[in-house]
Amino acid sequence: MRKFRAVLSFSEKTTEEPVIYRLITEHGIRINILRAGIDPGKRGRMVVEMSGESDRIDGGLTYLRSLDVQVEPLEKEIRRLEERCTSCTACIPHCPTGALNVDRTSWQVSFNAEKCVVCRSCLDVCIYQAMSAVEEFV
Amino acid sequence: MSKTIAEINEKIRSGKAVVFTAEEIIDVVHKQGIEKTAREVDVVTTGTFSPMCSSGAFFNIKQHKEKMKLGGGFATLNGVPAYAALAAADIYLGATALTEKDPRNANGGPGKFKYGGAHVIEDLVAGKKVVLTARAYGTDCYPSKFREQEIGLADMNEAYLFNPRNCYQNYNVAVNVSDKPIHTYMGKLKPGIGNANYCSAGQLSPLFNDPQYRTIGVGTRVFIGGAQGYVAWPGTQHNPAAPRSENGTPRTPAGTLALIGDLRQMSSEWLRAVSFTGYGVTLSLAVGIPIPILNEEILQDVSVTDAQITAPIIDYSRFYPYGEGEAKLGEVTYAELKSGSIRINGKDVPTGSFSSYSLAQKVASHLKNLIRNGGFQLTEFQAPLPGAITGKEA
Repeated sequence: MRKFRAVLSFSEKTTEEPVIYRLITEHGIRINILRAGIDPGKRGRMVVEMSGESDRIDGGLTYLRSLDVQVEPLEKEIRRLEERCTSCTACIPHCPTGALNVDRTSWQVSFNAEKCVVCRSCLDVCIYQAMSAVEEFV
Repeated sequence: MSKTIAEINEKIRSGKAVVFTAEEIIDVVHKQGIEKTAREVDVVTTGTFSPMCSSGAFFNIKQHKEKMKLGGGFATLNGVPAYAALAAADIYLGATALTEKDPRNANGGPGKFKYGGAHVIEDLVAGKKVVLTARAYGTDCYPSKFREQEIGLADMNEAYLFNPRNCYQNYNVAVNVSDKPIHTYMGKLKPGIGNANYCSAGQLSPLFNDPQYRTIGVGTRVFIGGAQGYVAWPGTQHNPAAPRSENGTPRTPAGTLALIGDLRQMSSEWLRAVSFTGYGVTLSLAVGIPIPILNEEILQDVSVTDAQITAPIIDYSRFYPYGEGEAKLGEVTYAELKSGSIRINGKDVPTGSFSSYSLAQKVASHLKNLIRNGGFQLTEFQAPLPGAITGKEA
């Protein structure tokens, strides 16, 4: 049994393909959609949690790659550059999952990548550019 | 009882000065009372680390053999325009300056403002070189008309930060009552009062600890960006006549300081460029000001707590930009703001700060250690700031 979170990036040409339907019905992968969005005329992005038998997951990933769907492990998506962070707390009200959190005794802001759903809210609100998205396929 | 600054400096020189931060002193006063603490403590250090747009630096560029008159010409540093309307070799670079090609807010969405004047200043302070491009009209005594070269702080005769306004004594808590998100100098504000942003170190902030400007004035030596600098003048928009609480702290934005300091002594640990999405570039700076405990009144002032100082809640969708709608949606204490949530119109609203309390603590501790180790002497001010009673109206 494997379980992991990933960011799927779809190009325009895959919009006709029922990708998630096929992953579930043909590859037997359990999909939990955490976030999904489409930029008109550009690309779609979906944050999913995938779980299933290892060989089934491999089959699903091969299927996705055959469609040029980029699969990126979620933890590679948003990074915090600790040396740029001043723990000001401007990001805190914008993080919907508490991945960014402040200890109100030490006043240190921490980032828990496991809780991050790559909503990207922090990217626009961090004035120190301490939060960055890794765009490249890993 | 009372002490003089000369006596305190003597103790600093001999390594015997008793120094606490403005946060630590709260407990000390709580435990042993005003009278005893005032006798024993010599200095209380304040600190802040937050953005302030009214920042910039003067540079004097070393001349080449063939001289050039920048005044009346044009100069950019890494493409960011500097003010070239002084003498032949002086320029001023403002923190908010942007390159000509920066799209600002014109690309159908809030701009990113990734590089501007503050970034050039941070690069120089970090020891990097930047590209100076200068054009001049040429004179008999300054014939050169074009110059392009990489320069660092070592290629300048002088480089000093001169900020017309810093250390705002209190600031608005910003919210958005409209139904659309807005991008402001107080950050991104979610619609329907979805969040509340504030910007002050509260009980550690310099002017909250000297609310009547008893010790901070023109000529006060300060810790600024890693250097020892000075209060040059009352800051722009200095408004001592703001309404005040019984403890003397202002309930709205009030006093400000114009600060000056040598960029060559500064470090990027204490000086950072920042980019506000949809608003622009600005500079965050560490400032620490020591307060000599000359008497019990001054000690009373520095023992103020977050629960005893308040800030107004202001709408930045209509009231701030257009002067329309309700002027003030409420008042909250800094203790409430720092709890992470405040109540506005019966709704719990999460708070965020642009002033880093964590770094404010670090600044105040750093300054405390400098003083304890004899590395920072206090000064008498040479002229008082316009005061709460004698000051001009806003």
